[in-house]
Amino acid sequence: MRYLPKSERIRKEMLATLGVPSMEELFGCIPEKARQKGPLNLPRALSEPEILEYFQERAAENSGGMLRLLGAGVYNHFRPVLVDALLSRGEFFTAYTPYQAEIAQGTLQSIFEFQTLMCQLTEQEVANASMYDGSTALPESVAMALRITGRRRVLVGRSVHPEYRQVLGTYTRRQDVEVVELPVGRDGRLHREALRGALNDKTAAVAVQSPNFFGCLEEIPAIAEQAHRHGALLIGVINEGVSLGIVRPPAEADIVAMEGQSFGLPLSYGGPWVGVIASKEKFVRSLPGRLCGQTTDRQGRRGFVLTLATREQHIRRAKATSNICTNQALCALAATIFLCVYGKEGLRKLAEQNLAKAHYLAGELGKLGGVRLPFGAAFFNEFVVRLDADAASVQQRLREKGIIGGVNLTKWYPELKNSLLLCATETAKRADLDRFVAAFKEAMGARD
Amino acid sequence: MSEKIRKAGRHVTQSEALIFETSAAGKHAYSLPPLDVPGVEAAKTLGTEQVRREIEGFPEVSEIEIIRHFTRLSTWNYGVDTGMYPLGSCTMKYNARVNEVVARLEGLATEHPCQPDELSQGCLKILRLLERCLREITGMDAVTLQPAAGAHGELTGVLIIRAYQESKGDPREVILVPDSAHGTNPATAATAGYRVENIKSNRAGRMDLGSLRERMTERVAGLMITNPNTLGIFETDILEIAEVVHHRGGLVYMDGANMNALVGVARPGDFGMDIIHLNLHKTFSTPHGGGGPGAGPVAVKKFLEPFLPVPVLEERPGGTLRWNAERPQSIGRVRAFGGNFGVLVRALAYILANGPDGLLATTRDAVLNANYMRKQLEGAYELPYQSPSLHECVFSDKKQARHGVTTMDIAKRLIDYGFHPYTVAFPLIVQGALMIEPTESESQEELELFIEAMRAIAAEAETEPELVKTAPHTTRVKRLDEVTANRKPILRWKPAPTPEAAD
Repeated sequence: MRYLPKSERIRKEMLATLGVPSMEELFGCIPEKARQKGPLNLPRALSEPEILEYFQERAAENSGGMLRLLGAGVYNHFRPVLVDALLSRGEFFTAYTPYQAEIAQGTLQSIFEFQTLMCQLTEQEVANASMYDGSTALPESVAMALRITGRRRVLVGRSVHPEYRQVLGTYTRRQDVEVVELPVGRDGRLHREALRGALNDKTAAVAVQSPNFFGCLEEIPAIAEQAHRHGALLIGVINEGVSLGIVRPPAEADIVAMEGQSFGLPLSYGGPWVGVIASKEKFVRSLPGRLCGQTTDRQGRRGFVLTLATREQHIRRAKATSNICTNQALCALAATIFLCVYGKEGLRKLAEQNLAKAHYLAGELGKLGGVRLPFGAAFFNEFVVRLDADAASVQQRLREKGIIGGVNLTKWYPELKNSLLLCATETAKRADLDRFVAAFKEAMGARD
Repeated sequence: MSEKIRKAGRHVTQSEALIFETSAAGKHAYSLPPLDVPGVEAAKTLGTEQVRREIEGFPEVSEIEIIRHFTRLSTWNYGVDTGMYPLGSCTMKYNARVNEVVARLEGLATEHPCQPDELSQGCLKILRLLERCLREITGMDAVTLQPAAGAHGELTGVLIIRAYQESKGDPREVILVPDSAHGTNPATAATAGYRVENIKSNRAGRMDLGSLRERMTERVAGLMITNPNTLGIFETDILEIAEVVHHRGGLVYMDGANMNALVGVARPGDFGMDIIHLNLHKTFSTPHGGGGPGAGPVAVKKFLEPFLPVPVLEERPGGTLRWNAERPQSIGRVRAFGGNFGVLVRALAYILANGPDGLLATTRDAVLNANYMRKQLEGAYELPYQSPSLHECVFSDKKQARHGVTTMDIAKRLIDYGFHPYTVAFPLIVQGALMIEPTESESQEELELFIEAMRAIAAEAETEPELVKTAPHTTRVKRLDEVTANRKPILRWKPAPTPEAAD
């Protein structure tokens, strides 16, 4: 096997040194009844060209050549070539968690930079070294709010990503936590009257996403004020990080739970991406996950270490703030490189292009007969269209023309009939958008 | 540099500030094509109250500066590519490059998780084949690939225990965990709403069967066990352990962190385990990435399949694959979308490259290396448990402690010798533990250098303890002040206050 650096002769010599007659004897401690009978029934070993061929064949069985305007929590942004060029350095990707700080300063400093970037973007005071993804950052944020407030009731807008809410349900269902979902108002945002009604002095937190699942911007400062009046914390959820290039960050939130996929991570059919939890300094000891801190060595030189570990499972065991062990360091590094490439000016320009593309698409679609934009609230790069036709049939006709026509919302929102969620990022060319609109018109026209 | 240090020498490392400190207004590295649709005025479209001001302190740097910045930082790191990385329980094995190539293929890395299943058959076939391979390797009947990491797989597993017990009428209150377990085990049980009770290890370094019998009551939902355990010792009573737990209606959850000792040799499904998670970033060679991303698939026996997270992959008549979320007994979703697909692709590439023979040879070489290292170091370091080792071996610093030298000191001194340290002070049941896992990826030559270094450090501990206690001596930074880092946390960079602001 080409990954194993030993010859048969060396193996024999090593076994002889051990005084063990055969490889099988090394496993003598495993009771006979617990041993495996016979070889594993797996495909035979493949050579490198065969491996490439297998995966290339699978890649050809996907959506190749289709025009896709999909968002829904996962955004197709251009990935500068610098990201993979630097991630491919073995010193980064073949290292582990920087427990031994003296020979992990590269990883540690990049995490410190990541934490700083996340604070700057979200206008929060502290950010952790990352979580698995946005969907698990939400229940971890809720757990944090429960610890801080000592309360057991959580309000979550239905305009928060449906799969995030499902994950929250999984994490909280078997705990003594009351999760109340708040309806969506007519303008596509959190129903503020419903929030008023549901808030009480037992409420630990209100979780609101902005831009929300429908692309609409929520009124974070006002919602924060409402929550704070009852002593509840506000959890600001962010799916589309690029929005922060232009959209006001949830500075008033007490905790921010974010997905960082937009920052240089490929769609990759669901991950790996990077979750972020940012918060206020006063809550730092309630944060889950790794934290990197600045310190000095014996000679006074600046260096970085993992710190405040007494929150964590390897020290606190059953009393830890979370069971999370590692973070998503390499994905956090990708995000850090991406944000350095775009920088202060570039991230804003990038966000402006997203805004322009989505509004162009929305404007053109809105001119078609039988297509409405049901929500009046301002949106970033994603929006909902409501059709006077069966949305699934329209999607089917679009597919025949090589177009994946958005995400059908009835799967998650039965009340939103014939509604599609569409997204246009900077990667969508005008010609693509025009082709999409023309095909859409035809698909609508063919309705019966 | 001492002549006895053969593996490492000095070389220049570049100094490098924080990216924020190299930033200057007007520099940039991005390039965007000209906007080909009408521009939109943000304040008008979003409302002025929704538009952010400039991001204070955000980087402004050029492309070459970014390349140099991160290249320099990378040279301050140590990876498996640099040399032996014997971090016990982490299985720091070679990360094959072909895995990186296939995970980045156009048509895989570019696929959106919300695209229709019919247009994702390639991705789904990959997942299906990986599921099949993992079922075979573990001897289990069903697999979920959704969990994003080992601890996430643990949570999934314990929630399955809970759902199963609830289906029998009572979730029960307690999860049993041996005192040698990883910290994630008790933390996970607590996250799933259970109280944790510890089971003592016996003098052989294995779970004490008598103690288990006493604790295993009808209040106990299940046992979490690592096998081989964190001492690298196979739980020889595993069949009896499973029987004791099952007899009282409990389930056995196996933490698969140490599966690198068992692949092709023994299958958890054959020795009574009900649930197991795998760390694909350990046993199946996906890169650790400086601490993630990983993946923690969970495999279960047939009777637990209804409780797996949604959605599950299903084959329809005709052979097409699709996701099915209609599963009334499921614990629900543990993560949005289908899992860390890019990591799953790499793991499958590893399994395909090895085939059944390669996987078995891998397991054997890993155990051979660990035992060879143990034999060569037995005299120099105290071996607290005499039971046979599988893929790793735990020593203690008892001999060196007499000279005031601790496991941490020895670990730091190993850096001077050109190695990444082993795992320090874990498992907790060994005073001053040195937990060493060479993996199969080390040649005999590299292993000999490591052994030589460890012996030299043991000698130094006797003759020049100060040299060891003040190590490392050759790194960019000396030992760092963790106490101050904890007491006065500085967790982000801030711009230096301007003179006016400081007034």
